[in-house]
This record gives sequence, C-alpha cells and structure tokens, in this order.
Amino acid sequence: MARTLLSANASSAKTTTMKTMSEPAIASTAKPTSLLSVRNVAKHFGKNIVLRDISLEIAEGEFLTILGESGSGKTTLLRILAGFEQSTSGEVWMQGERLDTQPPYRRRVNTVFQNYALFPHMTVEDNVGYGLRVAKRPTEEIQARVAEALSKVKMSEYAKSKPSKISGGQQQRIALARALVNRPRLLLLDEPLSALDANLRRQMQVELKALQREVGITFIFVTHDQEEAMVMSDRIALLRSGELEQVASPREIYSRPATSYTAQFIGHTNLLQADISRGTAMCDRLAWPTSLPDGSALFSLRPESIRLAKVAPPVIASPKTASPIRFRAHLRDRAFHGATELLRVETDGGLILTIRTATRDLPETPLEFEFLAADAIPVSDSDNSNNKERR
Amino acid sequence: MKAPTWLTLHALLVFAFLYLPIVILILYSVNGQGVGGFPPRALTLNWYRILFNDGPIWDSVLNSLLVAAAAMLIALLFGIPAALALDRANFPGKALFRRLVLLPLILPGIITGLSLLMLFRVAEVKLSLLTIVLGHGTALISVATTEVFAGLQKVNRAQEEASLDLGATYWQTFWRITVPNLRLSIIGAALLIFTLSMDEIAVSFFLIGRDNTLPLEIWGRLRRGITPEINAISTIIFLFSWMAIVLWYRLRTRAEVTP
Amino acid sequence: MFSRAYRAAITVPPLIWVAVFLLVPYLLMFCYSFWSVSESGTIIHSWNLANYRELLTKPVYWETLLRSMWIAVRVTFFSMLLGYPLAYFLSFHVGARKDLYYQLVIIPLWVSYLVRAYAWKTILGTDGVMNTLLQYVHLTSHPLDFLLYSPFAVVLTLTHIYTPFTFLPIYASLEHIPRNLVEASHDLGATPQQTFWRVIFPLSIPGVLAGATFAFVLSLGDFLAPLLLGGPSGIMISNIVVSLFGAAYNWPLGAAISLCMLALVLALIVFSERLERKWSFS
Repeated sequence: MARTLLSANASSAKTTTMKTMSEPAIASTAKPTSLLSVRNVAKHFGKNIVLRDISLEIAEGEFLTILGESGSGKTTLLRILAGFEQSTSGEVWMQGERLDTQPPYRRRVNTVFQNYALFPHMTVEDNVGYGLRVAKRPTEEIQARVAEALSKVKMSEYAKSKPSKISGGQQQRIALARALVNRPRLLLLDEPLSALDANLRRQMQVELKALQREVGITFIFVTHDQEEAMVMSDRIALLRSGELEQVASPREIYSRPATSYTAQFIGHTNLLQADISRGTAMCDRLAWPTSLPDGSALFSLRPESIRLAKVAPPVIASPKTASPIRFRAHLRDRAFHGATELLRVETDGGLILTIRTATRDLPETPLEFEFLAADAIPVSDSDNSNNKERR
Repeated sequence: MKAPTWLTLHALLVFAFLYLPIVILILYSVNGQGVGGFPPRALTLNWYRILFNDGPIWDSVLNSLLVAAAAMLIALLFGIPAALALDRANFPGKALFRRLVLLPLILPGIITGLSLLMLFRVAEVKLSLLTIVLGHGTALISVATTEVFAGLQKVNRAQEEASLDLGATYWQTFWRITVPNLRLSIIGAALLIFTLSMDEIAVSFFLIGRDNTLPLEIWGRLRRGITPEINAISTIIFLFSWMAIVLWYRLRTRAEVTP
Repeated sequence: MFSRAYRAAITVPPLIWVAVFLLVPYLLMFCYSFWSVSESGTIIHSWNLANYRELLTKPVYWETLLRSMWIAVRVTFFSMLLGYPLAYFLSFHVGARKDLYYQLVIIPLWVSYLVRAYAWKTILGTDGVMNTLLQYVHLTSHPLDFLLYSPFAVVLTLTHIYTPFTFLPIYASLEHIPRNLVEASHDLGATPQQTFWRVIFPLSIPGVLAGATFAFVLSLGDFLAPLLLGGPSGIMISNIVVSLFGAAYNWPLGAAISLCMLALVLALIVFSERLERKWSFS
C-alpha cells in the first residue's frame, strides 16, 4: 500500500492514456486491441471552448464511461463520435479508417439517446427494425434479428405496441434493442438512465453491464453519476471543463485519484493541505510520514479510512505497517446513510473532517479517531492546475 | 445542416412569388405612365396627389375606421369571455359552441355574409354601416377567441392559484392577475382585428348599405375600370396593414417571453 | 372551480351572440332554401323541394360546382407545392433568422386580399408586366389573352393568396417534430432523403391535412377573384350565388346552393379532422 514518489507523480499529470493502456481492460478479450482512437479532438462554439485537446484510445469490447458534470463537454464528445457534431480540430479513427469525416449514417456506430428518440408513428418492432429496413436487408432476416433483439432486452411481448403506450424503462430497452440490432462496432449511450427512478436505474445498470458482456460490443457510456460509472465501467474517463482529468479503472480512480477534483468528484473525501518538512506531513495537529519532498502538498483522505480509535482492530506490529495516526475531535453533525453514517467532526485545531462509520452507538464526545498514513494519498491541486503547462 | 441547393432556390422563388406582385404594384403607383407600360420610365407622385384630393375615398376611409373600431370592441367584448369559457368552464353544448365560434375562420366569407343578410331581411333591419359592424364583429370574434385562447395557455396557472391561496376571490384574481397577464395578447388581438376589419371585403359585400367602406369603394371603382390612383391607395393600404401586422406579431411573441 | 356568477358572465354573452348571429342565420338559410320566389319578387313562404330539384336537374349548377372544385384542387395542389418545401426549409435549414423569415411568410397572409388580387390583375393584363416581359424576351410576339380573365388567372391568384395558409400549419407540425428523431434516423443509417420520407413527412401529415383543408375550402367558396380575374370561363359556384342574391334575384335558390356549400365544407372539415387525429402521434 506504500506509494512511491514516482507512481504518485505519474498518475497526477494529465496524461494521454497510452500509459493507462497498461491497465488491462477487464473484458472478455485477453489481448485488448484498440477500436477507437481519438486524437487531439477540440471543439469550439464561437468563443466558447467546450473540448480542449482530447486524446483517448478505446479498446475493443470495453465498457468505457465518460464521466463529468454538466458543461464538462461529455455530451459534445459523444456527439462528435456519433457524427452529430464536427470537431473544430483533431481526428477520430476507427480500426485504421478515418471516422470523423463520415456522416452519421455511414458510421458503424449507433447511439442510445437520452430521451430514447423512439419514432412515435411506428410500432416497437418497426422501430427496432428501422436500421435494417433502411439498409434494405431481406424481410426474413429483419424479422429474425428484430425478434432476437427484442428477446435480449426482454420486450418480445410488446412488439406490436406503440412507444406512447409503454413506460420509460421499457422505452429505454427498445432504444437499446434498436441500436444493437444493427451490430455496430461501437455503441454510444447518452445518459440513458437519467430519466429513470432510482430503483429501476440500479436494476438497469446491472442489466446493461451483463448485456455488454454478452454481446461483446464496445460501449461508451456518458453520465454525470459517479456511482453509476463505478458500477458499470471497465474504465472511467473523467472529463472536466473540456479536458480529461484522469482515465483509469474504477478501483484505480477511487483509490489513487490523481487530482483533488477527482478525489472530490468520485466519492467523498477530506482534502488536507499539509506542509512537508523532512519526511513528515503536517496538517493542523495531524502529522504523518511521507516520502514527498519538502514544501506544501495536498492529500486526499477518504472518510472510510478514518476509524474510531476504540473499535480499531489491534495493530499487529510489523516492519511494513506504520502505526495509525490518532487524533481527537468533537462531533458536530451526523447523517444517516443506511448501512453507514457520515460524521462531521471538528478537531481541536478547528479542522473539519468527514468520517464514515458503521458504528451506531457513539461514545461521549470528544472522540478519538485514527487513520493509516498510507491512506493519505497525495493529489495535485486542481484549483492551481491552471498554471501547468498548456499544449 | 446545410440545405440542398434546389431547396434554397425553391424557397427564394416562393418568396419572390409572394412579394413581387406587391413590389410591382408599388412601382406602378409611382409610375409616370399610369397603368400602361412597364418598366416605369418616369417616377411621379402625381397619383398620390390626385388621391389626396379624392373626396369619396376619404369618406370611405372614415367609414372603415369607424366600422373597424366598433367591430374590434364587439369582437373583444365577446371573444375574451368566449376564450375563457372554452379554456376553463364546462357547460352543456360546449363542443357545439366551440365549433360555431371558430367556424367563421374557415368558412368562406360568402356564407357568413349571406346568412347574416337573411337575418337582417327577416328582422327588417336596413343595410348600413351598422349591419357591416355586426358582420365584422361576428366574423372576427373567432379571431379574438383564438388569440386570447392561445394567450391563456401561456398564463401561469400557479400565479392564479397563489392569488386564491392568499385570499383573493375569483373576480379579484381575474382582474388583478389574469387580465394583466393577458394584456399583450389582448392588445395584439385588437390590432389584428382592426386591420382585418379595415381590409375586409367578402362579408361586407353583402351587408353594405348606402355608405361604402374603403375596400368596397375601391371594388366599385375597379368594376368601372382601373385608374392609377387605385395603385396609390392600394400601396398605402398595404404599407399600413404591414406595419400593423408586424406590430401584432411582435406583441404576440413578447407575450410568450414574459413569464 | 368558479363561482356561478363568473361562469355565467363568461359563457352567457358569447353564447347569446353566437346563437343570434351564427346559429339563427344558418337556420334561416335552411328555411329559405325550401321557399321560392314569386314573379313580382316577393318571397313565398311555402315549403317545397323545388330549389333542390332545380339544382339536381339543371346541368349548369353541377358543371360550375365541378369546375369550382377543380380550381380548388389545383389551388390546393400548387399551394402545397410551394408551401411545404418552404416550411421544411425554414424549419430544418434556417438557423438564427428563422423568426424573421417566418414573419416574412405569414405577414402577407393578413394583408388585404383585395390589394393582392388587384396586383395580379395588373400583372396579367394585356399591357401588364407578364406580357411585356414575355414579349421582351421574345417568348411571345403578341400579348397572351388567356393570362387574364380565365381559370388560369383565378388559380394563380388564389395560389398566391393561400400559400401562406398552407405554410402555417405545415410549419407548425414540422417544428413540433423533436430533432433527436432526425438524429436517431441518421444514426441508424438513413440518409437525409430516407429520413424525410420515413420520419419527417409522416409526422407532418396533420399539418398537411389542415393546410389542404383550409386552402381547398376557402378557394372553393371564393367569389372575388373570379369576379376580378375570372372572366366568363372562370365563373365559380359562389358567383352564381352572388348573382342570385343580386340581379338574378332568387334568394331561396341562392340559399339552397349556400346550404349545400356549407354542408360540403362541414363534411370536409370533419373528415379532415378525423384523418388528422389518426395521423397524430405525440
């Protein structure tokens, strides 16, 4: 769990993701081949710069999520891949051929739209078969493939219904079937679950992930919901103000966030501004060992890494594990989250920390807490990152 | 997305088709040679000068203005309640009522005009400007109703509910909340109705008495032969109507923007 | 929701006006159609079907009605031909100044019928712009006289007048189509042309029906254009009615024809609405 200086710096720079390709996609293909190559794509709308210099390699069969807030440019990037927008500069290549010069109806790419965009004047099966009809496939083939697609999304009995008569969740499945039936090389999904209620959404997340594994098609999924991204993706590409903040697997991006923005966007965290002197980082009354050079640095400490001192398991003395760092704090606020509680505490020095605990009964405040030095991850400061080198 | 060339060309041609006749008319009105000969070789305002000295024309203009003002009042007086009734009330015969109110919009003017003529004959009412007013009013109530109804859709119901919640009665809410919200729609509708009444000829044709409205005065002269001053008065009518309609449109779109 | 006084205030006055000035006149027209006119010009209030018999048996009425319908069909057709592509162009291919162009199209709609019909009269005359132009480019050597005082002139003028009428509802229904449907169609492999015929046009049918009904019904009942530009060969059914209420003085017969027209128009409206409902998917 010890972090070396080198790896911390490597993941904190805004990288082209050639480096992250060494992280194997957890997909069925043993040897990931690159399907899509986004090269230095930028998009301006007049003076408004929506995307700056995006470069990304997407492997065949992978489930990649483009995660970002509204305004981050994620939908624009997706639309460029689909063909509904033209990039201002840069290129997109798919399997050795230039993609972005082709109109959308010639790309082997299909999209699941945010509001489903089902054709209201056609039945469900006519909707699903639309792409095949347009390609002038023989009737029997169309019928067979449509039936197969409908059964995959479990909507066979609604074949003759009209879109206005089925629910939102059902429409979403039809939109999916309509896209998949064409066997595209790449499927783009534009926040397809955002209109569903929470329970249905969770269910669909699982189903979508299973479906992707089953058909083996590369999925690029756009969302602003970081939990959703973590549940479903092989890799997450975090987009912020038109730039890629970090591209990594969910586990990596959670446990080794590169920047303070990443640390805060994905999950909760405590950001500690520390001064480092001779191998010790000091923030308020807290001090822990670090291998970073002298100076000031930002550390991310996840709420679940901080435990109540009393319930911490006895530390097994070992040369590898450092002893936990203890501190005292007063309870200011607690929020019930079902399985866990989120506590807001204030140290004697006035530092406010968020702590996640499963413990129900809390002893009298002030309480004693502890965390391991290794859980304090150095991150680059996103707010000061504007003075970094610009390409 | 850029349009195919033929489509752009088609659009241009249609615009030309819609506007060229008017442009030519305006050109004729300043044409030195009157109605003969094109293109105009000499420009003159002579026809306008003759027009301004033409007594009967201006009498008919006055008549038209009076008729339009009266018709506008009638149309609004009955059209606004009609729109409210259609939007908010339920009563027996509502469907038939709605059909009847909106019918003059799509019905050829001759049917509206003749049916009213028969009414006046049976009621032994002599044809005059009054009968024309009644005819315009009847035909234009449908315009008032449509415009105000559309405006009502944009009124924020929540505002009215808030007013009731805060203790105002239905009447108070109507005058303090609903009507101010409808202000732009009503003004726009008034403008439109006034202009349509000034230009109206089909219904007026059958209800005319001794006094002419402007369109009928022009019509009468046309039957006798074209004189160049008709070009002049037509141009003036066109320009005034144009301005009024632009104003109406602006008001109507502004009504959509104000919350 | 409302107090009784309020409800009464907004329903009763319009109801009364509509009853007196719309319902009663139609009923009177109905009655008149069964009466007849005497030699001296008074109306005889004896009920008979003589007028309807006259309409059914004399060929002139049928011929004129059919000619009127044929003119109305042509006006509708050409108005559509001009109006639909224009509406499509404005809705899908115009960006920032859409509203301006929209105004430019519909504003002529409300501006004096008479002025516009009169403008065509001057253009199509033997000394008019059209003839002058044709002779100038040596397409013809002498003025064409069929340009004016013919069905051609009526069709041309009415097309000019009713094209904005067809444009309006078509444009409205095209605007109503969510743009993501067009994107979805492209995404699934359809070219813009395929997208138009498979997605856009079917969803615009209610607008097309509404526009066609407007144009057809209004041009069928038109009597001013034929009087100005139609000549003897351009007489339409409404002109017969006009003369029956004028010089030919036979109000009952005129009422009968009017009633038939009213019935025809109402039938068309109802039929068109039914079709529109079938083709509307929101």
